[in-house]
Amino acid sequence: MMRLRTLLIAVTVALSSSASAQTVPLVADLSNHLVAITTGFTGTDVLLFGATDGPGDVVIVVKGPAEDVTVRRKERFGPIWANNDEVKLRDVPAFYRVASNRDPEEFTSERIRQRYQIGLDNLRLTFGDPQLEADTRGEYRDAVIRLNESRDHYSREVKRVSLLANRLFRTQLHFPANVPTGTYFVEIYLFRNGDVASAEIVPLSISKIGVGAEIYDFAHNLAPLYGLLAIALAVLAGWGAEAAFRRT
Amino acid sequence: MQIYLPIAEMSVNIVLILGMGGMVGMLSGLFGVGGGFLMTPLLIFIGVPPAVAVGTEANQIVASSVSGVLAHWRRGNVDLRMGLVLTVGGFVGSGLGVALFSLLRQLGQIELVISLSYVVFLGVIGGLMFYESVSVIVRQRRAPAGRSSSARGPGRHTWIHGLPFKMRFRKSKLYISALLPLGVGFVVGILAAIMGVGGGFVMVPAMIYLLGMPTQVVIGTSLFQIIFVTANTTFLQATVNQTVDVVLALLLLIGGVIGAQIGARLGAQLKGEQLRVLLALIVLGVCLKLAFDLVVTPTEPFSFGGAVE
Repeated sequence: MMRLRTLLIAVTVALSSSASAQTVPLVADLSNHLVAITTGFTGTDVLLFGATDGPGDVVIVVKGPAEDVTVRRKERFGPIWANNDEVKLRDVPAFYRVASNRDPEEFTSERIRQRYQIGLDNLRLTFGDPQLEADTRGEYRDAVIRLNESRDHYSREVKRVSLLANRLFRTQLHFPANVPTGTYFVEIYLFRNGDVASAEIVPLSISKIGVGAEIYDFAHNLAPLYGLLAIALAVLAGWGAEAAFRRT
Repeated sequence: MQIYLPIAEMSVNIVLILGMGGMVGMLSGLFGVGGGFLMTPLLIFIGVPPAVAVGTEANQIVASSVSGVLAHWRRGNVDLRMGLVLTVGGFVGSGLGVALFSLLRQLGQIELVISLSYVVFLGVIGGLMFYESVSVIVRQRRAPAGRSSSARGPGRHTWIHGLPFKMRFRKSKLYISALLPLGVGFVVGILAAIMGVGGGFVMVPAMIYLLGMPTQVVIGTSLFQIIFVTANTTFLQATVNQTVDVVLALLLLIGGVIGAQIGARLGAQLKGEQLRVLLALIVLGVCLKLAFDLVVTPTEPFSFGGAVE
Protein backbone atom coordinates (compact mmCIF):
# COMPACT_ATOMS: atom_id res chain seq x y z
CA MET A 1 0.00 0.00 0.00
CA MET A 2 2.83 2.36 0.95
CA ARG A 3 4.60 1.55 -2.26
CA LEU A 4 1.51 2.27 -4.28
CA ARG A 5 1.06 5.64 -2.63
CA THR A 6 4.65 6.72 -3.23
CA LEU A 7 4.29 5.54 -6.81
CA LEU A 8 1.16 7.61 -7.24
CA ILE A 9 2.89 10.67 -5.82
CA ALA A 10 5.85 10.11 -8.12
CA VAL A 11 3.54 9.78 -11.12
CA THR A 12 1.61 12.92 -10.20
CA VAL A 13 4.88 14.83 -9.80
CA ALA A 14 6.12 13.50 -13.11
CA LEU A 15 2.90 14.46 -14.88
CA SER A 16 2.70 17.95 -13.40
CA SER A 17 6.36 18.63 -14.12
CA SER A 18 5.98 17.46 -17.70
CA ALA A 19 2.91 19.63 -18.11
CA SER A 20 4.82 22.68 -16.98
CA ALA A 21 7.72 21.93 -19.31
CA GLN A 22 6.19 22.58 -22.73
CA THR A 23 9.03 20.97 -24.71
CA VAL A 24 8.39 17.31 -23.80
CA PRO A 25 7.13 15.69 -27.02
CA LEU A 26 5.60 12.57 -25.42
CA VAL A 27 3.98 11.76 -22.10
CA ALA A 28 2.25 8.52 -21.26
CA ASP A 29 0.99 6.66 -18.25
CA LEU A 30 -1.01 3.61 -17.23
CA SER A 31 -4.33 3.59 -15.40
CA ASN A 32 -2.80 1.08 -13.04
CA HIS A 33 0.84 0.31 -12.25
CA LEU A 34 0.13 -2.79 -10.29
CA VAL A 35 -1.84 -5.76 -11.59
CA ALA A 36 -2.79 -8.00 -8.69
CA ILE A 37 -3.35 -11.67 -9.38
CA THR A 38 -5.87 -12.70 -6.76
CA THR A 39 -7.58 -16.06 -6.28
CA GLY A 40 -10.38 -15.07 -8.65
CA PHE A 41 -8.11 -13.56 -11.33
CA THR A 42 -9.36 -14.15 -14.87
CA GLY A 43 -7.28 -11.57 -16.74
CA THR A 44 -7.44 -7.80 -16.76
CA ASP A 45 -7.25 -4.67 -18.89
CA VAL A 46 -4.92 -1.76 -18.19
CA LEU A 47 -5.55 1.56 -19.89
CA LEU A 48 -2.53 3.23 -21.42
CA PHE A 49 -2.99 6.90 -22.23
CA GLY A 50 -0.81 9.84 -23.15
CA ALA A 51 -0.26 12.94 -25.22
CA THR A 52 2.12 14.03 -27.98
CA ASP A 53 3.15 17.55 -28.95
CA GLY A 54 1.87 17.18 -32.47
CA PRO A 55 1.18 14.73 -35.32
CA GLY A 56 3.03 11.42 -35.47
CA ASP A 57 2.51 7.69 -35.12
CA VAL A 58 2.44 5.96 -31.77
CA VAL A 59 3.79 2.44 -31.29
CA ILE A 60 3.53 0.61 -27.97
CA VAL A 61 5.58 -2.47 -27.13
CA VAL A 62 4.78 -4.42 -23.96
CA LYS A 63 7.54 -6.71 -22.73
CA GLY A 64 7.26 -9.11 -19.79
CA PRO A 65 10.13 -9.97 -17.45
CA ALA A 66 13.17 -11.53 -19.16
CA GLU A 67 13.75 -15.15 -18.23
CA ASP A 68 16.01 -18.01 -19.24
CA VAL A 69 14.14 -20.82 -20.93
CA THR A 70 14.90 -24.35 -22.01
CA VAL A 71 13.24 -25.66 -25.15
CA ARG A 72 13.15 -29.34 -25.96
CA ARG A 73 12.40 -31.14 -29.18
CA LYS A 74 10.65 -34.50 -29.40
CA GLU A 75 12.04 -37.12 -31.68
CA ARG A 76 11.01 -40.60 -32.61
CA PHE A 77 12.59 -43.50 -30.69
CA GLY A 78 11.16 -46.70 -32.12
CA PRO A 79 7.41 -46.42 -31.74
CA ILE A 80 7.32 -43.56 -29.22
CA TRP A 81 8.10 -39.85 -29.27
CA ALA A 82 10.41 -38.52 -26.56
CA ASN A 83 12.31 -35.33 -25.83
CA ASN A 84 15.76 -35.40 -27.32
CA ASP A 85 17.66 -32.17 -28.04
CA GLU A 86 17.46 -29.23 -25.72
CA VAL A 87 18.46 -25.62 -26.30
CA LYS A 88 18.76 -22.84 -23.73
CA LEU A 89 17.84 -19.25 -24.47
CA ARG A 90 18.68 -16.25 -22.34
CA ASP A 91 16.55 -13.21 -21.45
CA VAL A 92 13.46 -14.23 -23.37
CA PRO A 93 10.60 -11.83 -22.57
CA ALA A 94 7.85 -13.80 -20.84
CA PHE A 95 5.19 -11.64 -22.49
CA TYR A 96 5.02 -9.59 -25.68
CA ARG A 97 2.42 -7.35 -27.28
CA VAL A 98 2.47 -4.57 -29.88
CA ALA A 99 -0.07 -1.78 -30.37
CA SER A 100 -0.10 1.08 -32.87
CA ASN A 101 -2.45 3.56 -34.48
CA ARG A 102 -1.70 1.94 -37.88
CA ASP A 103 0.41 -0.92 -39.20
CA PRO A 104 4.03 -0.05 -38.29
CA GLU A 105 5.16 -1.40 -41.68
CA GLU A 106 3.45 1.61 -43.29
CA PHE A 107 5.69 4.16 -41.61
CA THR A 108 8.90 2.39 -40.50
CA SER A 109 11.73 0.57 -42.23
CA GLU A 110 12.63 -3.00 -41.36
CA ARG A 111 15.92 -1.82 -39.83
CA ILE A 112 14.08 0.48 -37.44
CA ARG A 113 11.59 -2.21 -36.52
CA GLN A 114 14.47 -4.56 -35.78
CA ARG A 115 16.27 -2.01 -33.66
CA TYR A 116 13.22 -1.34 -31.48
CA GLN A 117 11.99 -4.95 -31.64
CA ILE A 118 8.62 -4.00 -33.09
CA GLY A 119 6.71 -7.11 -34.16
CA LEU A 120 7.31 -10.74 -33.19
CA ASP A 121 9.59 -11.32 -36.18
CA ASN A 122 11.93 -8.64 -34.85
CA LEU A 123 12.12 -9.96 -31.31
CA ARG A 124 15.76 -10.51 -30.36
CA LEU A 125 16.41 -13.88 -28.76
CA THR A 126 19.83 -14.80 -27.33
CA PHE A 127 20.94 -18.40 -27.44
CA GLY A 128 22.92 -19.86 -24.54
CA ASP A 129 25.21 -21.66 -26.97
CA PRO A 130 26.74 -19.13 -29.39
CA GLN A 131 28.04 -21.91 -31.67
CA LEU A 132 24.57 -23.14 -32.54
CA GLU A 133 23.94 -23.52 -36.29
CA ALA A 134 21.78 -20.90 -37.98
CA ASP A 135 19.20 -23.46 -39.14
CA THR A 136 18.77 -24.86 -35.63
CA ARG A 137 18.55 -21.35 -34.22
CA GLY A 138 15.77 -20.52 -36.65
CA GLU A 139 13.81 -23.65 -35.73
CA TYR A 140 14.10 -23.02 -32.01
CA ARG A 141 13.36 -19.32 -32.41
CA ASP A 142 10.16 -20.15 -34.29
CA ALA A 143 9.31 -22.72 -31.63
CA VAL A 144 9.72 -20.25 -28.74
CA ILE A 145 7.45 -17.76 -30.50
CA ARG A 146 4.90 -20.40 -31.50
CA LEU A 147 4.75 -21.92 -28.00
CA ASN A 148 4.31 -18.51 -26.43
CA GLU A 149 1.65 -17.59 -28.96
CA SER A 150 -0.26 -20.79 -28.24
CA ARG A 151 -0.51 -19.95 -24.54
CA ASP A 152 -1.38 -16.32 -25.31
CA HIS A 153 1.83 -14.90 -23.87
CA TYR A 154 2.85 -13.51 -27.27
CA SER A 155 0.59 -12.08 -29.91
CA ARG A 156 1.29 -11.30 -33.55
CA GLU A 157 -1.71 -9.01 -33.78
CA VAL A 158 -1.07 -5.25 -33.70
CA LYS A 159 -3.59 -3.86 -31.22
CA ARG A 160 -5.28 -0.57 -31.99
CA VAL A 161 -4.15 2.70 -30.48
CA SER A 162 -6.77 5.45 -30.83
CA LEU A 163 -5.41 8.90 -31.68
CA LEU A 164 -7.45 11.97 -30.88
CA ALA A 165 -6.79 15.25 -32.67
CA ASN A 166 -3.21 14.06 -33.33
CA ARG A 167 -2.38 14.81 -29.70
CA LEU A 168 -4.05 12.39 -27.33
CA PHE A 169 -3.75 8.64 -27.58
CA ARG A 170 -5.10 5.68 -25.66
CA THR A 171 -5.26 1.90 -25.82
CA GLN A 172 -6.38 -1.00 -23.66
CA LEU A 173 -3.62 -3.47 -22.81
CA HIS A 174 -5.08 -6.88 -22.12
CA PHE A 175 -3.42 -9.39 -19.79
CA PRO A 176 -4.85 -12.94 -19.87
CA ALA A 177 -5.53 -15.16 -16.84
CA ASN A 178 -2.23 -17.03 -17.20
CA VAL A 179 -0.10 -13.87 -17.42
CA PRO A 180 3.44 -14.40 -16.07
CA THR A 181 4.30 -12.43 -12.95
CA GLY A 182 7.13 -9.91 -12.65
CA THR A 183 8.10 -6.43 -13.75
CA TYR A 184 6.87 -5.43 -17.20
CA PHE A 185 8.09 -2.56 -19.32
CA VAL A 186 5.69 -0.72 -21.56
CA GLU A 187 7.69 1.12 -24.24
CA ILE A 188 5.96 4.00 -26.02
CA TYR A 189 7.50 5.32 -29.24
CA LEU A 190 6.52 8.45 -31.15
CA PHE A 191 7.42 8.08 -34.84
CA ARG A 192 7.97 10.99 -37.22
CA ASN A 193 9.46 10.74 -40.72
CA GLY A 194 10.14 7.05 -40.28
CA ASP A 195 12.25 7.37 -37.15
CA VAL A 196 11.73 7.59 -33.41
CA ALA A 197 11.18 11.20 -32.38
CA SER A 198 10.60 10.46 -28.73
CA ALA A 199 10.28 7.46 -26.43
CA GLU A 200 9.18 6.66 -22.96
CA ILE A 201 9.20 3.55 -20.79
CA VAL A 202 6.58 2.94 -18.12
CA PRO A 203 7.05 0.03 -15.70
CA LEU A 204 4.18 -2.20 -14.71
CA SER A 205 4.25 -4.73 -11.92
CA ILE A 206 2.22 -7.91 -12.16
CA SER A 207 2.25 -9.91 -8.97
CA LYS A 208 0.27 -12.40 -6.98
CA ILE A 209 -1.64 -10.86 -4.12
CA GLY A 210 -3.64 -12.34 -1.28
CA VAL A 211 -4.10 -15.98 -0.33
CA GLY A 212 -2.64 -17.35 -3.58
CA ALA A 213 0.53 -15.31 -3.18
CA GLU A 214 0.85 -16.29 0.47
CA ILE A 215 0.53 -19.96 -0.42
CA TYR A 216 3.06 -19.70 -3.24
CA ASP A 217 5.61 -17.89 -1.06
CA PHE A 218 5.01 -20.30 1.78
CA ALA A 219 5.47 -23.32 -0.52
CA HIS A 220 8.76 -21.96 -1.84
CA ASN A 221 10.30 -20.33 1.23
CA LEU A 222 9.22 -22.74 3.95
CA ALA A 223 8.88 -25.87 1.84
CA PRO A 224 9.28 -28.48 4.64
CA LEU A 225 6.70 -26.76 6.85
CA TYR A 226 4.36 -26.40 3.88
CA GLY A 227 4.67 -30.13 3.19
CA LEU A 228 3.89 -30.98 6.83
CA LEU A 229 0.87 -28.67 6.84
CA ALA A 230 -0.39 -30.16 3.58
CA ILE A 231 -0.22 -33.62 5.19
CA ALA A 232 -1.90 -32.41 8.39
CA LEU A 233 -4.68 -30.85 6.32
CA ALA A 234 -5.18 -34.10 4.41
CA VAL A 235 -5.24 -36.22 7.59
CA LEU A 236 -7.79 -33.89 9.16
CA ALA A 237 -9.94 -33.88 6.03
CA GLY A 238 -9.81 -37.68 5.78
CA TRP A 239 -10.69 -38.11 9.43
CA GLY A 240 -13.53 -35.59 9.14
CA ALA A 241 -14.91 -37.35 6.09
CA GLU A 242 -14.85 -40.71 7.86
CA ALA A 243 -16.60 -39.24 10.89
CA ALA A 244 -19.30 -37.86 8.62
CA PHE A 245 -19.62 -41.25 6.88
CA ARG A 246 -20.09 -43.06 10.17
CA ARG A 247 -22.95 -40.85 11.25
CA THR A 248 -25.00 -41.24 8.08
CA MET B 1 -16.54 -20.00 -11.68
CA GLN B 2 -12.77 -19.78 -11.98
CA ILE B 3 -10.19 -20.18 -9.25
CA TYR B 4 -6.47 -19.52 -9.50
CA LEU B 5 -4.27 -22.42 -8.39
CA PRO B 6 -1.21 -20.87 -6.75
CA ILE B 7 1.29 -23.69 -7.34
CA ALA B 8 0.03 -24.96 -10.71
CA GLU B 9 -0.10 -21.24 -11.71
CA MET B 10 -3.25 -21.56 -13.74
CA SER B 11 -6.92 -20.68 -13.55
CA VAL B 12 -9.34 -23.58 -13.46
CA ASN B 13 -13.08 -23.98 -13.28
CA ILE B 14 -14.08 -24.93 -9.72
CA VAL B 15 -17.05 -26.95 -10.94
CA LEU B 16 -14.82 -28.97 -13.27
CA ILE B 17 -12.36 -29.83 -10.48
CA LEU B 18 -15.14 -30.65 -8.00
CA GLY B 19 -16.78 -32.76 -10.67
CA MET B 20 -13.56 -34.64 -11.40
CA GLY B 21 -13.02 -35.23 -7.67
CA GLY B 22 -16.61 -36.40 -7.44
CA MET B 23 -16.36 -38.77 -10.42
CA VAL B 24 -13.12 -40.37 -9.27
CA GLY B 25 -14.40 -40.44 -5.68
CA MET B 26 -17.51 -42.22 -6.91
CA LEU B 27 -15.40 -44.79 -8.74
CA SER B 28 -13.27 -45.37 -5.66
CA GLY B 29 -16.38 -45.80 -3.53
CA LEU B 30 -17.81 -48.11 -6.16
CA PHE B 31 -14.75 -50.25 -6.76
CA GLY B 32 -12.76 -49.82 -3.57
CA VAL B 33 -9.70 -48.39 -5.33
CA GLY B 34 -7.81 -45.22 -4.48
CA GLY B 35 -8.41 -43.56 -7.80
CA GLY B 36 -5.02 -41.87 -7.99
CA PHE B 37 -4.23 -43.77 -11.17
CA LEU B 38 -7.26 -42.12 -12.81
CA MET B 39 -6.99 -38.68 -11.22
CA THR B 40 -3.35 -37.98 -12.10
CA PRO B 41 -3.82 -38.55 -15.86
CA LEU B 42 -7.10 -36.59 -15.74
CA LEU B 43 -5.33 -33.62 -14.15
CA ILE B 44 -2.65 -33.79 -16.82
CA PHE B 45 -5.36 -33.89 -19.54
CA ILE B 46 -6.87 -30.61 -18.30
CA GLY B 47 -3.47 -28.89 -18.41
CA VAL B 48 -2.10 -29.17 -14.88
CA PRO B 49 1.70 -29.57 -15.17
CA PRO B 50 2.49 -33.30 -14.69
CA ALA B 51 4.83 -32.57 -11.79
CA VAL B 52 2.11 -30.65 -9.93
CA ALA B 53 -0.49 -33.32 -10.74
CA VAL B 54 1.72 -36.02 -9.21
CA GLY B 55 2.66 -34.05 -6.08
CA THR B 56 -0.89 -32.86 -5.41
CA GLU B 57 -2.47 -36.24 -6.01
CA ALA B 58 -0.16 -37.79 -3.39
CA ASN B 59 -1.51 -35.24 -0.94
CA GLN B 60 -5.10 -36.08 -1.78
CA ILE B 61 -4.50 -39.81 -1.38
CA VAL B 62 -3.28 -39.20 2.19
CA ALA B 63 -6.76 -37.93 2.99
CA SER B 64 -8.71 -40.65 1.22
CA SER B 65 -6.54 -43.40 2.78
CA VAL B 66 -6.99 -41.97 6.28
CA SER B 67 -10.77 -42.09 5.97
CA GLY B 68 -10.56 -45.58 4.45
CA VAL B 69 -8.22 -47.06 7.04
CA LEU B 70 -10.28 -45.84 10.00
CA ALA B 71 -13.23 -47.93 8.89
CA HIS B 72 -11.04 -51.02 8.40
CA TRP B 73 -9.25 -50.45 11.70
CA ARG B 74 -12.54 -50.57 13.57
CA ARG B 75 -13.32 -53.91 12.02
CA GLY B 76 -9.87 -55.19 12.97
CA ASN B 77 -8.75 -55.62 9.38
CA VAL B 78 -5.32 -54.00 9.67
CA ASP B 79 -2.19 -56.09 10.21
CA LEU B 80 -0.14 -53.47 12.02
CA ARG B 81 3.12 -55.42 11.97
CA MET B 82 2.87 -56.15 8.26
CA GLY B 83 1.84 -52.54 7.64
CA LEU B 84 4.88 -51.20 9.44
CA VAL B 85 7.31 -53.45 7.56
CA LEU B 86 5.70 -52.43 4.26
CA THR B 87 5.94 -48.79 5.35
CA VAL B 88 9.69 -49.06 6.01
CA GLY B 89 10.18 -50.38 2.48
CA GLY B 90 7.79 -47.74 1.18
CA PHE B 91 9.68 -44.89 2.84
CA VAL B 92 12.96 -45.90 1.23
CA GLY B 93 11.22 -46.44 -2.12
CA SER B 94 9.37 -43.14 -2.14
CA GLY B 95 12.52 -41.27 -1.09
CA LEU B 96 14.35 -42.79 -4.04
CA GLY B 97 11.32 -42.13 -6.25
CA VAL B 98 11.23 -38.41 -5.48
CA ALA B 99 14.99 -38.10 -6.11
CA LEU B 100 14.51 -39.94 -9.40
CA PHE B 101 11.57 -37.66 -10.21
CA SER B 102 13.72 -34.59 -9.64
CA LEU B 103 16.50 -35.96 -11.83
CA LEU B 104 14.14 -36.93 -14.64
CA ARG B 105 12.54 -33.51 -14.46
CA GLN B 106 15.90 -31.87 -15.03
CA LEU B 107 16.60 -34.21 -17.92
CA GLY B 108 13.23 -33.31 -19.45
CA GLN B 109 12.05 -36.92 -19.41
CA ILE B 110 9.59 -36.87 -16.50
CA GLU B 111 6.49 -36.63 -18.72
CA LEU B 112 7.69 -39.58 -20.76
CA VAL B 113 8.42 -41.72 -17.69
CA ILE B 114 5.07 -40.86 -16.08
CA SER B 115 3.20 -41.70 -19.29
CA LEU B 116 5.15 -44.91 -19.90
CA SER B 117 4.64 -46.13 -16.33
CA TYR B 118 0.94 -45.47 -16.67
CA VAL B 119 0.66 -47.25 -20.00
CA VAL B 120 2.47 -50.32 -18.67
CA PHE B 121 0.69 -50.58 -15.32
CA LEU B 122 -2.78 -49.61 -16.49
CA GLY B 123 -2.44 -51.96 -19.46
CA VAL B 124 -1.37 -54.94 -17.38
CA ILE B 125 -3.83 -54.39 -14.53
CA GLY B 126 -6.75 -53.39 -16.75
CA GLY B 127 -6.11 -56.39 -18.99
CA LEU B 128 -5.89 -58.86 -16.10
CA MET B 129 -8.95 -57.42 -14.41
CA PHE B 130 -10.94 -57.57 -17.62
CA TYR B 131 -9.89 -61.16 -18.33
CA GLU B 132 -10.59 -62.30 -14.79
CA SER B 133 -14.02 -60.69 -14.40
CA VAL B 134 -15.20 -61.71 -17.86
CA SER B 135 -14.21 -65.32 -17.22
CA VAL B 136 -16.06 -65.22 -13.88
CA ILE B 137 -19.18 -63.96 -15.64
CA VAL B 138 -18.85 -66.66 -18.32
CA ARG B 139 -18.40 -69.33 -15.65
CA GLN B 140 -21.47 -68.11 -13.77
CA ARG B 141 -23.55 -68.26 -16.96
CA ARG B 142 -22.48 -71.88 -17.48
CA ALA B 143 -23.04 -73.05 -13.91
CA PRO B 144 -25.32 -70.60 -12.19
CA ALA B 145 -25.75 -72.61 -8.98
CA GLY B 146 -22.17 -73.51 -8.07
CA ARG B 147 -20.23 -70.81 -6.27
CA SER B 148 -16.75 -72.14 -5.76
CA SER B 149 -14.11 -70.34 -3.79
CA SER B 150 -10.66 -71.56 -4.68
CA ALA B 151 -8.69 -71.80 -1.47
CA ARG B 152 -5.11 -70.62 -1.75
CA GLY B 153 -3.48 -72.89 0.75
CA PRO B 154 -0.06 -72.30 2.22
CA GLY B 155 0.91 -75.72 0.96
CA ARG B 156 3.11 -74.65 -1.96
CA HIS B 157 6.74 -74.27 -1.05
CA THR B 158 8.80 -72.07 -3.37
CA TRP B 159 12.11 -70.16 -3.28
CA ILE B 160 10.20 -67.38 -1.52
CA HIS B 161 10.03 -69.48 1.63
CA GLY B 162 13.77 -70.00 1.63
CA LEU B 163 14.60 -66.32 2.17
CA PRO B 164 16.26 -65.27 5.46
CA PHE B 165 15.02 -62.85 8.22
CA LYS B 166 11.77 -64.68 8.85
CA MET B 167 9.10 -62.83 10.77
CA ARG B 168 5.75 -63.90 12.21
CA PHE B 169 2.72 -61.87 11.13
CA ARG B 170 -0.02 -63.13 13.40
CA LYS B 171 -2.97 -61.31 11.93
CA SER B 172 -2.06 -62.40 8.42
CA LYS B 173 -1.32 -65.93 9.69
CA LEU B 174 2.06 -65.83 7.95
CA TYR B 175 5.61 -66.76 8.79
CA ILE B 176 7.68 -65.30 5.98
CA SER B 177 10.90 -63.41 5.33
CA ALA B 178 10.70 -59.69 6.17
CA LEU B 179 12.54 -59.05 2.89
CA LEU B 180 9.38 -59.82 0.95
CA PRO B 181 7.10 -57.09 2.37
CA LEU B 182 10.11 -54.76 2.46
CA GLY B 183 10.67 -55.34 -1.25
CA VAL B 184 6.99 -54.94 -2.13
CA GLY B 185 6.83 -51.71 -0.11
CA PHE B 186 9.99 -50.44 -1.78
CA VAL B 187 8.76 -51.00 -5.34
CA VAL B 188 5.33 -49.53 -4.61
CA GLY B 189 6.99 -46.54 -2.92
CA ILE B 190 8.94 -45.73 -6.09
CA LEU B 191 5.75 -46.00 -8.16
CA ALA B 192 3.84 -43.81 -5.72
CA ALA B 193 6.42 -41.05 -6.00
CA ILE B 194 6.77 -41.12 -9.77
CA MET B 195 3.17 -41.79 -10.75
CA GLY B 196 1.34 -39.83 -8.06
CA VAL B 197 -0.65 -42.84 -6.93
CA GLY B 198 -1.10 -44.66 -3.65
CA GLY B 199 -0.10 -47.86 -5.35
CA GLY B 200 -3.04 -49.86 -4.01
CA PHE B 201 -3.63 -51.34 -7.45
CA VAL B 202 -0.17 -52.90 -7.38
CA MET B 203 -0.02 -53.47 -3.63
CA VAL B 204 -3.25 -55.45 -3.29
CA PRO B 205 -2.42 -58.10 -5.92
CA ALA B 206 1.14 -58.32 -4.61
CA MET B 207 -0.10 -58.91 -1.05
CA ILE B 208 -2.55 -61.59 -2.12
CA TYR B 209 -0.50 -63.48 -4.67
CA LEU B 210 3.10 -62.81 -3.61
CA LEU B 211 2.85 -62.61 0.18
CA GLY B 212 -0.20 -64.87 0.45
CA MET B 213 -2.07 -62.63 2.88
CA PRO B 214 -5.74 -63.36 3.67
CA THR B 215 -8.01 -61.14 1.59
CA GLN B 216 -9.89 -59.51 4.47
CA VAL B 217 -6.79 -57.82 5.94
CA VAL B 218 -5.30 -56.86 2.57
CA ILE B 219 -7.27 -53.65 1.88
CA GLY B 220 -6.94 -52.23 5.40
CA THR B 221 -3.22 -53.02 5.64
CA SER B 222 -2.52 -51.63 2.17
CA LEU B 223 -4.41 -48.43 3.02
CA PHE B 224 -2.50 -48.19 6.29
CA GLN B 225 0.87 -48.20 4.57
CA ILE B 226 -0.37 -45.98 1.72
CA ILE B 227 -1.02 -43.19 4.25
CA PHE B 228 2.62 -43.14 5.29
CA VAL B 229 4.09 -43.59 1.85
CA THR B 230 1.94 -40.86 0.27
CA ALA B 231 2.54 -38.58 3.27
CA ASN B 232 6.27 -39.11 2.76
CA THR B 233 5.87 -38.45 -0.98
CA THR B 234 3.86 -35.29 -0.28
CA PHE B 235 6.52 -34.02 2.10
CA LEU B 236 9.40 -34.80 -0.25
CA GLN B 237 7.64 -33.43 -3.35
CA ALA B 238 6.82 -30.25 -1.44
CA THR B 239 10.39 -29.89 -0.21
CA VAL B 240 12.39 -30.97 -3.25
CA ASN B 241 10.17 -29.98 -6.17
CA GLN B 242 7.61 -27.54 -4.69
CA THR B 243 4.84 -29.22 -6.63
CA VAL B 244 2.09 -29.71 -4.04
CA ASP B 245 -0.89 -27.44 -4.67
CA VAL B 246 -3.02 -27.42 -1.50
CA VAL B 247 -5.83 -25.45 -3.14
CA LEU B 248 -6.15 -28.06 -5.87
CA ALA B 249 -5.84 -30.90 -3.34
CA LEU B 250 -8.58 -29.39 -1.19
CA LEU B 251 -10.96 -29.00 -4.13
CA LEU B 252 -10.34 -32.59 -5.25
CA LEU B 253 -10.90 -33.75 -1.67
CA ILE B 254 -14.27 -32.09 -1.32
CA GLY B 255 -15.45 -33.59 -4.60
CA GLY B 256 -13.92 -36.94 -3.68
CA VAL B 257 -15.62 -37.21 -0.28
CA ILE B 258 -19.06 -36.55 -1.76
CA GLY B 259 -18.39 -38.84 -4.71
CA ALA B 260 -17.23 -41.70 -2.51
CA GLN B 261 -20.51 -41.55 -0.55
CA ILE B 262 -22.57 -41.81 -3.72
CA GLY B 263 -20.28 -44.53 -5.09
CA ALA B 264 -20.48 -46.71 -1.98
CA ARG B 265 -24.29 -46.56 -2.05
CA LEU B 266 -24.44 -47.26 -5.78
CA GLY B 267 -21.98 -50.14 -5.40
CA ALA B 268 -24.27 -51.95 -2.98
CA GLN B 269 -26.89 -52.24 -5.71
CA LEU B 270 -24.64 -53.52 -8.50
CA LYS B 271 -23.01 -56.88 -9.17
CA GLY B 272 -19.30 -57.25 -8.40
CA GLU B 273 -18.17 -58.81 -11.67
CA GLN B 274 -20.03 -56.33 -13.82
CA LEU B 275 -18.51 -53.51 -11.78
CA ARG B 276 -15.06 -54.91 -12.34
CA VAL B 277 -15.59 -55.22 -16.10
CA LEU B 278 -16.62 -51.57 -16.09
CA LEU B 279 -13.56 -50.52 -14.08
CA ALA B 280 -11.32 -52.61 -16.35
CA LEU B 281 -12.75 -50.81 -19.38
CA ILE B 282 -12.13 -47.40 -17.80
CA VAL B 283 -8.57 -48.37 -16.89
CA LEU B 284 -7.92 -49.69 -20.41
CA GLY B 285 -9.44 -46.54 -21.91
CA VAL B 286 -7.06 -44.29 -19.97
CA CYS B 287 -4.18 -46.58 -20.91
CA LEU B 288 -5.04 -46.44 -24.63
CA LYS B 289 -5.35 -42.64 -24.60
CA LEU B 290 -1.91 -42.29 -23.00
CA ALA B 291 -0.37 -44.86 -25.35
CA PHE B 292 -1.90 -43.10 -28.35
CA ASP B 293 -0.39 -39.76 -27.25
CA LEU B 294 3.04 -41.37 -26.97
CA VAL B 295 2.93 -42.98 -30.40
CA VAL B 296 1.15 -40.46 -32.58
CA THR B 297 3.28 -37.82 -34.33
CA PRO B 298 3.01 -34.71 -32.13
CA THR B 299 1.57 -31.59 -33.76
CA GLU B 300 4.10 -29.57 -31.77
CA PRO B 301 7.41 -31.38 -31.27
CA PHE B 302 8.85 -28.52 -29.21
CA SER B 303 8.08 -27.78 -25.58
CA PHE B 304 9.37 -25.58 -22.81
CA GLY B 305 11.52 -27.33 -20.22
CA GLY B 306 10.04 -27.75 -16.78
CA ALA B 307 12.99 -26.85 -14.60
CA VAL B 308 13.50 -23.12 -14.95
CA GLU B 309 15.23 -22.07 -11.76
